[in-house]
Amino acid sequence: MSNQGKMDCGRRRLIVATAAVGGAGAVAALVPFVSSLLPSERAKAAGAPVEADIGKLEAGQMMTVEWRGKPVWIINRSPEMLGTLPKLDGQVADPKSEVDMQPTYAQNETRSIKKEVMVVIGICTHLGCSPSSKFKAGAEEGMPADWLGGFLCPCHGSTFDFAGRVFKAKPAPTNLEVPPHVYLSDTRILIGEDKKGA
Amino acid sequence: MKKFLMALLFAPLTVLASGGAHLDHWPGAVGDKAALQNGAKLFVNYCLNCHGASSLRYNKLTEIGLTEQQVKDNLMFTTDKIGEQMRVAARTDEQKLWFGAAPPDLTVISRARASEMGSGADWLYTYLRTFYRDEKRPTGWNNVVFENVGMPNPLWQLQGQQVLNHETHKLELAVPGQLSPAEFDKAVSDLVSFMVWMAEPQQEFRQRLGWFVLAFLAVLFVLAYALKKEYWKDIH
Amino acid sequence: MAGGKFEKYKSDGSIGGNALEWVDARFPATSLYKEHLSEYYAPKNFNFWYFFGSLALLVLVIQIVTGIFLVMHYKPDAALNASGVPVAFASVEYIMRDVPGGWIIRYMHSTGASAFFIVVYLHMFRGLLYGSYRKPRELTWLFGCGIFLVLMGEAFFGYLLPWGQMSFWGAQVIVNLFSAIPVIGNDLSLLIRGDFVVGDATLNRFFSFHVIAFPLILIGLVAAHILALHETGSNNPDGIEIKANKDENGIPRDGIPFHPYYTVKDIVGVVVFLMVFSAVMFFAPEGGGYFLEYNNFFPADPLKTPPHIAPVWYFTPYYSILRAMVWNFFGLPAKFWGVVGMGASVVIFAFLPWLDRSPVKSIRYRGPIYKTMLTLFVICFFILGYLGTQPPSPMGELVSQVCTLFYFGFFLGMPWWSRMDKFKPVPERVTMK
Repeated sequence: MSNQGKMDCGRRRLIVATAAVGGAGAVAALVPFVSSLLPSERAKAAGAPVEADIGKLEAGQMMTVEWRGKPVWIINRSPEMLGTLPKLDGQVADPKSEVDMQPTYAQNETRSIKKEVMVVIGICTHLGCSPSSKFKAGAEEGMPADWLGGFLCPCHGSTFDFAGRVFKAKPAPTNLEVPPHVYLSDTRILIGEDKKGA
Repeated sequence: MKKFLMALLFAPLTVLASGGAHLDHWPGAVGDKAALQNGAKLFVNYCLNCHGASSLRYNKLTEIGLTEQQVKDNLMFTTDKIGEQMRVAARTDEQKLWFGAAPPDLTVISRARASEMGSGADWLYTYLRTFYRDEKRPTGWNNVVFENVGMPNPLWQLQGQQVLNHETHKLELAVPGQLSPAEFDKAVSDLVSFMVWMAEPQQEFRQRLGWFVLAFLAVLFVLAYALKKEYWKDIH
Repeated sequence: MAGGKFEKYKSDGSIGGNALEWVDARFPATSLYKEHLSEYYAPKNFNFWYFFGSLALLVLVIQIVTGIFLVMHYKPDAALNASGVPVAFASVEYIMRDVPGGWIIRYMHSTGASAFFIVVYLHMFRGLLYGSYRKPRELTWLFGCGIFLVLMGEAFFGYLLPWGQMSFWGAQVIVNLFSAIPVIGNDLSLLIRGDFVVGDATLNRFFSFHVIAFPLILIGLVAAHILALHETGSNNPDGIEIKANKDENGIPRDGIPFHPYYTVKDIVGVVVFLMVFSAVMFFAPEGGGYFLEYNNFFPADPLKTPPHIAPVWYFTPYYSILRAMVWNFFGLPAKFWGVVGMGASVVIFAFLPWLDRSPVKSIRYRGPIYKTMLTLFVICFFILGYLGTQPPSPMGELVSQVCTLFYFGFFLGMPWWSRMDKFKPVPERVTMK
């Protein structure tokens, strides 16, 4: 067969061209299937921002709201609670919240927008249990005598302070996560959004 | 043999035996955003009190040219979350007790009402314009397309009140409504347009995508056929 | 697949070559490839009718893949949700609107279901045209008949899942047919339904059959079907055995390796099929009310029977035959004989290899009697199909009875009429018509 090289070349080019176009089509055909795995409108609606009314939340009290299936704690911190924070700077693993577990507006001493109001997701950053509140200082609630108040995770013993900062040498690696949130008014917080109507 | 041939000849005519009223042709077109928005407003105000459209979410209405704020301000009466579904306010099991049958969910009604007599849009367009006063019915209303329907005329304030002339079998407007007959027809056409959209919101996109897919396959066909010919020239 | 029939791969020293040699020592990779692709010699004269086997396989894959993704979002629950809509019905609308890309997947699956039957009917018709069911390919044909039967079941179970009016009432009617069986009928219907009427119990077990049980059976039967075919080799439009004429290497002179020749040809077939499939899917997914029935957009209502119940289009010929049997025989009601007739009309295909007594296989060498009979059979099939979509009528009943008679006559009379024809001489070698 003369021109054997030429025929193989033409044949190869056709194979490559057909395979390329066919392959592109196959990838395009995959798009609806992979997209169908993304959160649906129902999931997105269920994960929509949640409004919390803190008008009746007294100093020293905590309330819990659910957002995206997770508990969000809102604590109205008393002056004593706030006072514990600077004292614990040396005992917590990430005192300045350098690791990205909070929006930029919560990257401060109190990890919050308003000094008194702490908004934090109540899930331990170790393996996902929900820590218990241990607000009383001292050994009253089974904590060590030098305990100033905060949270204890019952699963593996991680502890957190009133700003959700994790103590050193504990199983949990990072501070508790602060969700995006915005104040609709002095007493209404929208959890799940940074800006109103975004 | 004769009977068999006669049967073959006339069998197709059995299709005419399906009965039902003649349907007017829906004059609207898919994709008219102004009509869709007007229809959405009419639907929410006149239908959503009794009927649900529970598979449609309010945020989908942004696809007919409304902003989220417009939807929230004008079209959401039973909820404040725009991701919620358009559910009816009443409970359907209670509605069953009150009316005997719960008013059906309308999300896909425009697809359900299609038949050989016409499209679902034709059916809805004719149905919503052919209510007439009938004192024998518990609601006081009857309908030409859906005889002895359990639903009262939701649009009577706009249309006015029709009566059926039993000699001519034609409908006559006995009491005029807020809209003239031409305006009313346009309003119903808009409402139907919304219901057609609601039954399949991605219809336009589907058809656009279809052209791309066919064009792509045409290109692929040319290549695949050339490849086949290239291999098969060895075979005789 | 006898050991040693195909030589094992010897590496050329490259990484890929070494890997293949490693696999080949442990798995009949090269052997399978050669036996079923590169050294499976198929007749070179395959025509248009020979596309439908590979297309049927393609549609099976489409249905399985789309089905896998639909099951992620579909809920088989007949209970009413807070808006009074059955959960199953609402979950289909959820897929259509709230799941990204869900509507494409749903339409692919619904169009695929109808496409499956169009392709399979054409595939079976090829068998009738060229005598593919004749010796030695009877088992391939039997496995194929099994596939057809299982496919009908698969479609029937699947159709209940959207839980629309046609879904519900079609299932109600068909399951009630089983109650026509004497003695055990009513208990059997109860067993199938899991309840006194078609309900949530029925929906959930049909879901299990449709998603797992029947697809597994289908895949097994398709594998058996192809293995049986490859054991005897394929038939061809001339109906002659290419293995009767081999060259000095033992390769049929009229055979060509399936790969690359038929792989490359089937790709063209696939592309054309996808064009038709896409045209329907993107521009007319309801198929004029035949692929997605209008009445099925009403949620199932056990209290409201639709004025006109008809099965999906691909079942209508058999439905006509069912309705045509209106007389009681031997003390058993017409309903029972209708079921028998319907079942027989499907099963009778399996007997073709033994009913057909013609000396030649292919229609090309048969005479006018066969061509007339086959044409009339096809016309009958279409008439029965059309009548099955229509409400019962006296004229319709008469016509379907005549057609049913011819339908069975075609098969039962075949041992005689297939012999008395003017046959043409069959060539030695295939013709590239």
